[in-house]
Formats: sequence, structure tokens, C-alpha cells
Amino acid sequence: MAKQIFYEDIEEGAEIPALTKHITRRQLVMWAGASGDYYELHYDKDFAQSTGVPDVLVHGRLKAALLGQLITDWIGEEGRLTKLSCSYRGMDLPGEDLLCKGKVTKKYVKDGEHYIECEVWTQNPKGERTTPGTATIVLPSRGR
Amino acid sequence: MVVVSVDELRGMIGKEAKVEVTQIEKGMIKKAAEAIGDPNPLWQDEKRARKTKYGGIIAPPGLLITAMMSGSRPEGSMPFQRLLAGGGEWEFLLPIRAGDVITSTTALADVYEREGKAGKMLFFIFETIHKNQLDEVVAKSRSTLINY
Repeated sequence: MAKQIFYEDIEEGAEIPALTKHITRRQLVMWAGASGDYYELHYDKDFAQSTGVPDVLVHGRLKAALLGQLITDWIGEEGRLTKLSCSYRGMDLPGEDLLCKGKVTKKYVKDGEHYIECEVWTQNPKGERTTPGTATIVLPSRGR
Repeated sequence: MVVVSVDELRGMIGKEAKVEVTQIEKGMIKKAAEAIGDPNPLWQDEKRARKTKYGGIIAPPGLLITAMMSGSRPEGSMPFQRLLAGGGEWEFLLPIRAGDVITSTTALADVYEREGKAGKMLFFIFETIHKNQLDEVVAKSRSTLINY
């Protein structure tokens, strides 16, 4: 696990270390099994093409879970992800690199807790943001 | 296709809650982590996780996102044939651990209509409250489903 980061180390505008994922069809099937979401759009190419898309699609919630990993990889054991939200805006296909990225937008102290707000997103090889969202994190402070 | 008005659909807000009970097990946590390729020891390595403030493995945020929102829409509420997941929001309030029994209660929180390229589109917002066996709210989630 990465070194623990603290509230004081993080500046507004700082980038979250990117997480690169290479999503395979096998991964989509594993995720379908773990989620119980067996919609054919995500593993049956014939079905997917019959709905007018080029191939099976990466599940929106799988991408949301990856954004969760982007954050938990970064904040260490002492950090806490308190809120994550995202929109499933664009299609992502298996076999492509999916980049998970984020940027700090705001930091503040409220009720003794040290909060960081970030914008987060997944990005396809064309550089388009396919799953834009936001995350709220609580970090430990060096002051305690 | 059953034609219903948005007003009729709005009448379902807060009603017809659907309840799902999930027994959290280590195997399920491992599966959810593997499903996205997340090797963090906090969800996988009991020995490592015991030394953290949690005193043992906890579920990753991805468990809630992956395994605890399936089938969360009340049946029979969608007038159009096509369905698209529009987005999600998750609030993580307390750690979820193996051994927890989570009761997730989902209800329609909002519904509204938009004119899209393909004609009329209905946006359904479902809200789920997740409580553990001690009746503590461990998480809240919202999902947007687009019916068109």
C-alpha cells in the first residue's frame, strides 16, 4: 500500500496518481458474477450489437468501483472515502486502456474532520471523460 | 406499453420500498475486490488488516457499488422498454465487515421527464438506505435509471 498522505500535504489543484486499468471480457464476466447483474449488454457481443453498440460495454458501476479504487489506493489506511458520485456518460469497451484520474478541487475542516473534495473520472484512449464524478475524502491531519 | 403519466409515477415516490438482506462474508469481499482487480490488503489480507485502526479486513467501497444495488428497482414501474443506468452516488458512513448483515431498503426518491433525441425520457432516482444488524446506517446510495 502507498505511503500515508496527510491533509496538510494536499494542495487544491493537485492531481491524484492515475490508475490504469486494462479491462478484459473476462473481467466483465467476473464483475457480472460478483454483482449479480447479468444484463447481456456486458458479455454477449451479438446482443450488444443488436442494440446498436459496437461491442459489449464496460458496466457503469464497474467504472464507479474503479473510481473507488483510485481513491482508496491514494488515501492509505488512515484516509476515508465518505462519498462518491458519478455519471455514466460514455461507452467504454473491453480491450482498451481505461484511465482513472482525479484532481483536488477543495479542502476544508468541518466539525474537526479534514475534508478533501475531488473531481474524478475515467478516461478512454481518445482522452474523453466517460465517467465524470466527484469524491469526498477525510484525511488524517499532522496536527493531531 | 402501459401509458402512465409522470404524475402517476410521482405518486410512487417513497412508496413500494424494496428490502434486500445481504450477509457479508469474506468470500464476497474477496470476489468484489477481484472483480475490479483491487489488491489492497485492507480488503484481502487479514494479518495486515489486523494492524490497522479497523482491526481486521473491511469491505472496499466497491462492494457496496458492485454487490448491493442489484435488483434495486421496484418492479412494474417502468413504462418504456429501454433502460439505461445514468449514474450513481454512494455515501460511506461506517465500515462494512465480514459477519455484518446489511438490510438495504430502496424506494423511488424522484421521477422526472426530459425530452431527448429518442423522444420522451423518464429519469427515475432510487434511494437506498443500508443498515447493519445493530440498526446503524452504514451507507446510503442513489442511482439514476433512464427509461425511454
